[in-house]
Amino acid sequence: MTREVTFSKAVNEAIAEEMRRDPTVFLIGEDVAEAGTPFKVLSGLVEEFGTGRVIDTPISEPGFMGMAVGAAMTGSRPIVDLMFGDFIYLVMDQLCNQAAKTHYMSGGKLKVPLVLRTNMGATRRSAAQHSQSLQAIVAHIPGLKVAMPSSAYEAKGLLKTAIRDDNPVVIFEDKLMYQDKALVPEEEYLIPFGQANVKREGRDITLVATSSMVQVAEEAADALAKDGISAEIIDPRTIVPLDEETILNSVRKTSRAIVIDEGHQSYGVTAEIAARISAKAFYHLDAPVIRMGAMDVPVPFSPALEDLTVPTAAGVADNARKICRGELLHAA
Amino acid sequence: MGGDKPVSDTRTHNTEDYLRMYKQMVRIRAFEDNANQLYLSAKMPGLTHMYSGQEAVAVGICEALTDEDRITSTHRGHGHCVAKGAEFKAMFCELLGKEEGYCRGKGGSMHIADQSHGNLGANAIVGGSMGIATGAALSAKQLGKDFVTVCFFGDGATAQGLWYEVMNMAALWKLPVIYACENNGYSEYTKTEEIAAGSLTARAEAFGIEAFEVDGQDVLAVNELTNQLVERCRNGEGPFFMELKTYRYHGHHVGDINRDYYRSKDEEAEWKNVRDPITNFGKWLEDQNILSADELVAINNEIKAEAEAAVEYALNAPYPDTSEVDMHVFAGVDHALDYLGGARG
Repeated sequence: MTREVTFSKAVNEAIAEEMRRDPTVFLIGEDVAEAGTPFKVLSGLVEEFGTGRVIDTPISEPGFMGMAVGAAMTGSRPIVDLMFGDFIYLVMDQLCNQAAKTHYMSGGKLKVPLVLRTNMGATRRSAAQHSQSLQAIVAHIPGLKVAMPSSAYEAKGLLKTAIRDDNPVVIFEDKLMYQDKALVPEEEYLIPFGQANVKREGRDITLVATSSMVQVAEEAADALAKDGISAEIIDPRTIVPLDEETILNSVRKTSRAIVIDEGHQSYGVTAEIAARISAKAFYHLDAPVIRMGAMDVPVPFSPALEDLTVPTAAGVADNARKICRGELLHAA
Repeated sequence: MGGDKPVSDTRTHNTEDYLRMYKQMVRIRAFEDNANQLYLSAKMPGLTHMYSGQEAVAVGICEALTDEDRITSTHRGHGHCVAKGAEFKAMFCELLGKEEGYCRGKGGSMHIADQSHGNLGANAIVGGSMGIATGAALSAKQLGKDFVTVCFFGDGATAQGLWYEVMNMAALWKLPVIYACENNGYSEYTKTEEIAAGSLTARAEAFGIEAFEVDGQDVLAVNELTNQLVERCRNGEGPFFMELKTYRYHGHHVGDINRDYYRSKDEEAEWKNVRDPITNFGKWLEDQNILSADELVAINNEIKAEAEAAVEYALNAPYPDTSEVDMHVFAGVDHALDYLGGARG
């Protein structure tokens, strides 16, 4: 049986189910208890689990991030709530020097089973320090797994898998999607890491899209269908590990690819996936792989400017048409 | 030992305890002497930071802990590692990057730890383990366990903001953690008085944390205080802060040899000749008729021989197989490159 639930509710259910199942799981972060976070994603959890397991912290991101690492090393399974993805810069040492490296540096003797839940996504008119999509920065660090749910269904299944994983996992939730609804099973399910979802099958071009960019890709695919172009949409669901095989199989079939992610385009997720496609499916390609990330500028406040910085369905469709017509987008 | 200091309580200390404390301090000194030689003879990859001179701190504290109790260590971590129960062979193997090292050669000097005795790792980021130690104490509370965590750090680390964040939370939530600041007078190549305003104990007290100063060259004083604080932590009275006044005999690291510009040879000589924790504790054991001078020499020689044998063993031990390079990146994943699909090429 399935029912429609919001992305926010799906996250809440995943945490509640895992906290009921495993008494070593606890939540820690700013305003996670009575406030349930500014996005109200965690509302109701403190009523069920109490302030002993839903722990409000001072505004001390490096402090509670570091404490989660120590707690994870000693038998607990903390879920850290980082109020905005932009605050990842505040916890970099604890996340990247401590959490990510402990298992390796200890020769496999110490594990760090923690989840860092945070968000991403621009166009909320929140300016440059509350709008970034920083998944590439985290995905760059060996030892961290990175999940990017594209709907309520993925949000729940990936989060439950993350909580049970024995490694540090970072989950980026697009804060503009919290009220979006999707069909979610009533019974328990998990989504394994490293398994991409073929969101839509197609013949002519592959659109690899992460998180909310899946919606952008779907809208673009609808527009392209009217022009007789059949687009296949691949949602990697986790970017570390990355299901290369599903992406490469799709590109081998379609011979064309656009990679879409809301992080900055340069040195980003789109660059990595495009490079792998180019290296491993080169002889199947009829066109260069196109990257579509966020514009390489700090996110501006003004709506007139901010909307220019993110990939759009119209932009994706436009690029797709050009590639399919054989126009060389990167020609000098 | 200072004549006016209370000699530790005989109800909690017996001859065996004294003997073990003495041996553990000598073991640390022997380990460091050999590590230094490995560096000077170019047999050790990289650099290392010597603990010599600070032995009474690690031993006095760790002798008050059980295997269930946790510690976090620092870049100057060999002493903590030995004191928390590690063996020479696996330590020297780690120092030389060998497979039989505690971290299979992946950590080296700055990440050395015998995890099975509750050592959560040495940390090469100054102050980097303050969150981990406080989190381990949070874990004890969450899981309803009574282990205590000691966070070792130097005076230099008191300049890190992380400490103030986690002290605040530890105090708010009454966590069983003891912040043990080894004040050896120098923050790398700079006198501590040049980097630390006010008093360190006052900083902890500002959070309502009980703070203590103790002579870090007096193993019994350190042990006595730690015993009390560990017991109080187990009773829910934590956290606590200890400032241990001590001295490092070597430079910031083994390559820091010409250091006249930041501290004098006379100062070094005075600490070594007058305040050495091992010599002074040995004298006290003699005065108390616990050990004779000959017995002390015999212990020293035995440990020296054990350390030299372990060095020899480690020098001849195999390096990890090259296939290990991408192992242990993730728990539950044999080889990370297969898993990540990011093989070169």
